[in-house]
Amino acid sequence: MNRLLVSVAVGGLVAVTACAEGATTSTVFVSAAASLTDAFAEMEDVFESANPGVDVVVNLAGSATLREQILDGAPVDVFAAANESTMTEVVTAGRAASAPVVFARNRLQIAVPLGNPGAVTALSDFADDGLLIGLCAEGVPCGDLARQALQAAGVVPSIDTSETDVRALLTKLEEGEIDAGIVYVSDVAAAGGAVESIDFGGASGFVADYPIVVMESAPNPDGAATFMDFVLSETGQRILAEHGFLH
Amino acid sequence: MTTRRSRRIVRRPPAPVVLLAAAGLAVFVVPLIGLLARAPWGDLSTVLAGDTVVDALRLSLISSVGATAVSAVLGVPLAWVLARVDFRGKSVVRGLVLLPLVIPPVVGGAALLFALGRRGVIGEVLYESTGLLLPFSTWGVVVAVTFVAMPFLVITVEGALRNLDPRFEAAAASLGASRWTVMRRVTLPMIAPSLASGLVLTWARALGEFGATVTFAGNLPGRTQTLPLAVFVGLESDRDAAVALSLVMVAIALVVLVALRDRWWRAL
Amino acid sequence: MSGRLEAHLVVHRSDGFSLDAALSIAPGQTVALLGPNGAGKSTAVSALAGIIPLAGGRIELDRDVLDDPGAGRFVPPDQRSIGVVFQDYVLFPHLTVADNVAFGLRSRGLSRSSALAKAHDVLEQLGVKELGGRKPRQISGGEAQRVALGRALATDPRLLLLDEPLSALDATTRAELRRVLADHLSRFDGPRLLITHDPTEAFLLADEIYVVEHGTVTQSGTAEDIRLRPRTSYVADLVGVNLVEGVAGAGGVDVAGHELRVGDTHAAGPVLATIHPRAISLHRHEPEGSPRNAWPTRVRLLEHYGDRVRVLTEGPLPLIAEVTPAAESALDLTVGSAVWVSIKATEIGVEAR
Repeated sequence: MNRLLVSVAVGGLVAVTACAEGATTSTVFVSAAASLTDAFAEMEDVFESANPGVDVVVNLAGSATLREQILDGAPVDVFAAANESTMTEVVTAGRAASAPVVFARNRLQIAVPLGNPGAVTALSDFADDGLLIGLCAEGVPCGDLARQALQAAGVVPSIDTSETDVRALLTKLEEGEIDAGIVYVSDVAAAGGAVESIDFGGASGFVADYPIVVMESAPNPDGAATFMDFVLSETGQRILAEHGFLH
Repeated sequence: MTTRRSRRIVRRPPAPVVLLAAAGLAVFVVPLIGLLARAPWGDLSTVLAGDTVVDALRLSLISSVGATAVSAVLGVPLAWVLARVDFRGKSVVRGLVLLPLVIPPVVGGAALLFALGRRGVIGEVLYESTGLLLPFSTWGVVVAVTFVAMPFLVITVEGALRNLDPRFEAAAASLGASRWTVMRRVTLPMIAPSLASGLVLTWARALGEFGATVTFAGNLPGRTQTLPLAVFVGLESDRDAAVALSLVMVAIALVVLVALRDRWWRAL
Repeated sequence: MSGRLEAHLVVHRSDGFSLDAALSIAPGQTVALLGPNGAGKSTAVSALAGIIPLAGGRIELDRDVLDDPGAGRFVPPDQRSIGVVFQDYVLFPHLTVADNVAFGLRSRGLSRSSALAKAHDVLEQLGVKELGGRKPRQISGGEAQRVALGRALATDPRLLLLDEPLSALDATTRAELRRVLADHLSRFDGPRLLITHDPTEAFLLADEIYVVEHGTVTQSGTAEDIRLRPRTSYVADLVGVNLVEGVAGAGGVDVAGHELRVGDTHAAGPVLATIHPRAISLHRHEPEGSPRNAWPTRVRLLEHYGDRVRVLTEGPLPLIAEVTPAAESALDLTVGSAVWVSIKATEIGVEAR
């Protein structure tokens, strides 16, 4: 008798959950680069209110990690990367359903703690041994780009840490544990006034293009396409601009 | 004194037990097979000779051995106090000692940063007065790694001290041994096997630490990038190096654990 | 050379148990602290050794005050010069037998070679010289107890404390070690305190016995005093056992000319025969039936303890018998009245001496 009761209860639960899910008819799984965290959170909210019945799941990580996940066969619907090279590898492997489209751009900026304790003014200060300098790690898009910028400026940086993701770098800046770092404009915006930013000469030459694409083996191709369109739409672009991205 | 091999009649172990045991073994073996399958066997020697690997290996060995040494010097007295001295709030103290075992290492690293970083509660004072800065330095790695690994030593040694019949120390005292002599000639030698396994455990934990290191000491090849950090970063930029490094870590760990198997595991 | 021990031990243990016992031991005298488990005997040893401090009272050894809470004086264990032989030996397992014995000497500053030389002498005196290089786990119980004794004696202590030294041994070894112990005790000049729950041990080794129960001394005196006039039922039960020395032979045990028939025994030569008072039956006339030991005698003493009556008989073999008051009146027992004593052969315990 007890066993019967348990199976009925379990069966009931499953049915109820299925019904609940039935109210949400589809899921869109989006892999997005870490620097898109805040922008895509808002993107998700707005999209879901506009499209009831669709649940957007945003998977955030470094672009390289997301690439590896896709190459390993993760069931992703949409991929939004922080640089073109990562996306190219995905396309070359035949995982993209069509040609990627650049939906946003990000520019590099020097970031310093509030009050600029290290009195940093330009990229040349990054060579100063006495300052604590942080960059994103190599292989992380913002890290590669920053190194290119420093090289172009002829600066040999005295790096103290190569953070594995840009948020960790930002936290250390906010805490004042390092004196300067190079991040994206969008990251500075996301920090919401917890760090100060300094533009550097030639920064406009160091811009990251953010491509987005629907995956070839997307579990929800329709939902994927709708989301991608949304990102490229006026609303989507406005959201990105509010978070510091350029077009 | 030699022992003769006695003839033991062993009944075949029950099948369900063997099956479950095999599944349990698979938990450990399968990931290892994955690693071996992905290894860049052809380029292995080139990859391993690279700066990244050499630096990471050197830093890992320095920090793990350093952390073990600090843990021994500070942990044995702490274990002694916990085992032998009665004081109010002892359970709270023991809870604090066990804390690093329970909280995520990254949280530990963040806490260390807030305490010992340049703007940290203690770190700021330290920096202003002596110019000493722990984050972003190899010493910082030792601190981060000690934080997560020392509890192993304290717990093992405390357990051993508690299990030690207090009459041995009483006998030594009655024979005229001062407290220090008792410690040196009776207590420590008698807990030596447990102390040794505690040290091995501590070292092993220290070697594998990632979260606290990267959060507190940062990540810089040659200065703070230990093997686990190099693997993590390598997964993003240079997978072959990452896999090679992983193999190095597994190899080191296996060599040490197998070499110490009989002598030290007994006391665990 | 060595002085007496004057101790009034007042100890309050954390579990609520309290000990309050006064002891006085002259140099060359062996005192036994006899009592059941939990009576506080080990607490007394710990207090004397300095492992636990007194809550009250005083310990004075050889005119040196070791512990006096009232005066705020406490000498730590390593400065007391008290030799302790522990139950279960407590030999250091990681040191050889010789190093164990030399431990105390080395702790006092002697060089390794001098200490080991003295240790070997001590081991030789105890008849275990060849064990010097072995580890404690490689020697037998009896050998270990000798080593433990040697270790305690090697430092020429002022007081010798023996905590249940023979309880971990089997009966045969115990008898043998008892002799060794008696021998070495007599050669030790200072006061000696023996802790035991075995009355035989106390009787044979001690000059004076303090009976301790529930943390207090309930009786003290010589073995005779205690056996003949037990003051509590514990003492009466434990200690009021008849102990006679005899020689075992083919026919039985010869006790000063009187032959006792005993059950099957492997003992031969000098033995100890024990007869519990309740195993002795008293009769008005010669009893019929199976008891193989029976003889006529007279009542010498009668003592009453609650619902027990102890009857001390005259020769040929004076014994203490215990009967009920009902039996006493049925037999019409008075001092001087004639009775027959009968004891079953199987009720007589025989032990090698």
